[in-house]
Amino acid sequence: MIASLLSWIIQPMTYGFMQRGLAASVLVGIICAVIGAFIVLRGMAFFGDALSHTILPGVAVGYLVSGNARGSLFWWALGTAIVSALGIGAISKRTHLREDTSIGIVFAGMFALGIALISTVRSYAVDLSHFLFGDVLGVSSGDLITILIFGAVVLIAIWLFYRQLIVVSFDPLLAATLRLPAKFLNNLLLVLIAITVAVSLQIVGVALMVAMLVTPAATAYLMTDRLPRMMLLSALVAVISSIVGLYISFYLSISSGAAVVLICTVFFVITWTIQNLKKQLDRSRAKSSL
Amino acid sequence: MYPKIQHDVDQPILDLKQISVKLGDHPVLENITFHLHVGERVAVLGPNGAGKSTLFKVIAGVLPPTSGEVNVYGSTSSRHTCIAYIPQRTQVDWHFPVSVYDVVMMGRTAKMKPLVPPGKNHQIAVKHALETVEMQDLACRQISQLSGGQQQRMFIARALAQEAELMLMDEPLAGLDDPAQEELLLLMEKLEKERVTIMTATHDLDQAARHFNRILLLNRHLIRFGSSQKVLTAENLKIAYGGRLRMIEDGDNFMALDNSCCEGGEE
Repeated sequence: MIASLLSWIIQPMTYGFMQRGLAASVLVGIICAVIGAFIVLRGMAFFGDALSHTILPGVAVGYLVSGNARGSLFWWALGTAIVSALGIGAISKRTHLREDTSIGIVFAGMFALGIALISTVRSYAVDLSHFLFGDVLGVSSGDLITILIFGAVVLIAIWLFYRQLIVVSFDPLLAATLRLPAKFLNNLLLVLIAITVAVSLQIVGVALMVAMLVTPAATAYLMTDRLPRMMLLSALVAVISSIVGLYISFYLSISSGAAVVLICTVFFVITWTIQNLKKQLDRSRAKSSL
Repeated sequence: MYPKIQHDVDQPILDLKQISVKLGDHPVLENITFHLHVGERVAVLGPNGAGKSTLFKVIAGVLPPTSGEVNVYGSTSSRHTCIAYIPQRTQVDWHFPVSVYDVVMMGRTAKMKPLVPPGKNHQIAVKHALETVEMQDLACRQISQLSGGQQQRMFIARALAQEAELMLMDEPLAGLDDPAQEELLLLMEKLEKERVTIMTATHDLDQAARHFNRILLLNRHLIRFGSSQKVLTAENLKIAYGGRLRMIEDGDNFMALDNSCCEGGEE
């Protein structure tokens, strides 16, 4: 019994592509979960979703220029993500349009451009589906190193500016009266989200990115009311979901990105249900004690 | 990285010269000139849309005026870190995952080094600030679990931790019950002894007259600034509030009822 369970666990890991895939999805899960705490608290879910979609034309152009070289596609994705992130920020500041409107414009325009570019060359439409839905099992050692380096950049930047980022997120007026560099901090956060999205592209893909950015952090937000604990729990949810999702994907032949996101969602639903039951229990207790 | 400004203590703590603010083509404040000395407690009165929040943002150096200048101890206010803006309670995300202690510690951010945990001096400053507002027992509470009065006092503690000498409070009394209002007004009097200068936006004429030593009557223009006897006359109030204030006169005495109350404030 135990032996068969053990072999059930070990067997997939005898494949190099599974080892690399697991390492990559755990790393990406942690990065998304930590930056996700800021995305959830600042109400930037739509921004995160849009940003992942705006990468598409960059990836398409990269594909046209350099063929299927994965390494160079990452740089195209990163460049497009950073430009779009700062562009969205600039548009909503310089006009009286609300932020979600300018996000919508950039998001749809860029995504349409991406699809238009793809449609000009029919043959690579299939390959690009990897970027829409992720391709965990195609992670190379080079990809893994890229994820490791840029993931470290994101986490170290958050660590360095942790206090300032909290102040500027909680009370922008306090940040202003303390003369903190608010504009720099807000742009820093946008760039960090852009890096996260570019790094995560191969693992979860464009379409499901927002789930990795939001669902683990939101689940953790239901569990605790302290920010450091929220980030830790968020990372934990993401890591467990990545591992479980990948195994399910291996044994049931489900798309790996979808499997990971589904497990995250299950975590959220369970947490939400427990929360609600607790609240009802408290309420009925309060009633009966009256 | 952060500005360090010398205070010229011979200069008034706050000095506004011909401040005007236009948002688009719409004038919000026009030609405001006044100055304050250390330890004064000023109630800023005026109907909704009078420009009270805008005035505070200009004084805090957060919103640049269209023309005119604001000086704090003789130098431009936007370079000082000794001004605290205490937000309206409705504008705060109370479910943000931080404790009372965390929020008060935020006041120290500009003085802290990155990475290292807050040192002894910061911890002492926060502890002292919490004691001043009598909230040391609530330090570990998440901020949504506070009453309205406690939420307001927490922000005052944060301003104290910031070592603010000028506190701008935007409608701190709005939505509080009577005991909580009394408690807050007592705390403001206590702060006067610590040489903190306070400007409070309020709707309550009677409270303004009883608890503040100076009154600033505002409606885009500065209508009158001085002691309550001088400022709160039927004539001045009519200019400030127009038809929005009901005046009940009875010989020399009169009673004023503000119809424009409350919540939400103005931009």
